[in-house]
Amino acid sequence: MAEEVKLFGKWISPFSRRIEVALKLKGVEYEYIEEDLFNKSPALLNYNPVHKKIPVLVHNGKPIAESLVIMEYIDETWKHNPILPIDPFEKAMARFWAKFIDDKFWAIWPAVKKAMTSGGEKEREEGIEEAQLHLNTLETQLKEKKFFGGERLGFVEISASLIIWVVVSQEVMGVEILTQEKFPALHKLTQKFVDDDVFKQCVPPWEPLVAYFKDQLGALAASK
Amino acid sequence: MADEIILLDFLPSIFGMRIRVALAEKGLKYEYREQDLWNKSPLLLEMNPVHKKIPVLIHNGKPICESTIIVQYIDEVWKDKSPLLPADPYERAQARFWADYIDKKLYDLGKKITLTKGEEQDTRKREFLEFLKLLEGELGDKPFFGGENFGFVDVSLVAFSSRFYAYESFGNFSIEAECPKLIAWTKRCMERESVSSSLLDPQKVHDFVAGMRRRYGVE
Repeated sequence: MAEEVKLFGKWISPFSRRIEVALKLKGVEYEYIEEDLFNKSPALLNYNPVHKKIPVLVHNGKPIAESLVIMEYIDETWKHNPILPIDPFEKAMARFWAKFIDDKFWAIWPAVKKAMTSGGEKEREEGIEEAQLHLNTLETQLKEKKFFGGERLGFVEISASLIIWVVVSQEVMGVEILTQEKFPALHKLTQKFVDDDVFKQCVPPWEPLVAYFKDQLGALAASK
Repeated sequence: MADEIILLDFLPSIFGMRIRVALAEKGLKYEYREQDLWNKSPLLLEMNPVHKKIPVLIHNGKPICESTIIVQYIDEVWKDKSPLLPADPYERAQARFWADYIDKKLYDLGKKITLTKGEEQDTRKREFLEFLKLLEGELGDKPFFGGENFGFVDVSLVAFSSRFYAYESFGNFSIEAECPKLIAWTKRCMERESVSSSLLDPQKVHDFVAGMRRRYGVE
């Protein structure tokens, strides 16, 4: 039976982006459906009635929601080029760190947004400081872990691609947050996402994303 | 080599109970070590340096943290007995989805009932019951969330039932009145030795929550 794979996503979302990375690594062909989050499609609401969010993967008509759940589903369904380790302990570690990164991102991103939409210098600095506090936790925890620095993209690194959005915000604001000096491991990782042919697939279309944030958030700041 | 399994836990902990249930389902012998959460042991801090929380499973010296991750680990290592996750990847994804949602919502919803009063508490009760009704919908007519078999979502959820008496008592409401199917499910789960031997007696949980209310100055 021919596979039918659809991904409901948002081009600005790191969560749907990393599903695309997983699908591409597995060589799975899929139909991408861009969602307008201010005008959600009936299909999305039907496929994810609980959260009404993207990303949602629909495989042969059956929906799966929640970014990390989707990634595990992809890994279990298309078994070549494994993303998760085989060993149960290593797998548990990968799950732990992916969850940790996700949780930290939800502390980092609001701080970054606060900085981007700030009305003044002080508010912007507060946002940056807050973001750096959480980035520091990530840096401390991740720098000695062996899945950072491998050749292949694994579960944790794909999850960590969220960090690229912090780098995007730097270009939006013209301010450095993820400095090499303060965050050597994270900085090295982001460089990998930019330079490495395989890792590059995690990176969103750069210029359009920067332009998008400049527009959206500039407007928000102006309205304050 | 015989497996050495140690569980760092805290009796009233819902998250710890999940591990006790999973280990019992698999018929595993382990050493239970009760932790003092207000005076954390060097072992706990060493085994879970990131979060410093229980439960922690230590298997042959290696620590695994985060209750849903631990349950999956147990299921994968001891895969020949009482599988908790289904074999089919889609069914597995659904189980993980619901366990994740329960994790994100239910603990805080319940906790807020016990730590608030008046109108705020009424709102919390409503939200809590709405969530339970959503879960009832997911359960449907199945005996367990796992279908015919007690599974991953059942393990994730059943420990909360040990806290229902506390929620009802401090919230002054009846869960059974609103969610009879879910209460029927909890009774069905309690018929299993793995569950009845792992969950802390509701009165003891109630007394623990009473202590926490005093600590937070709610009483």
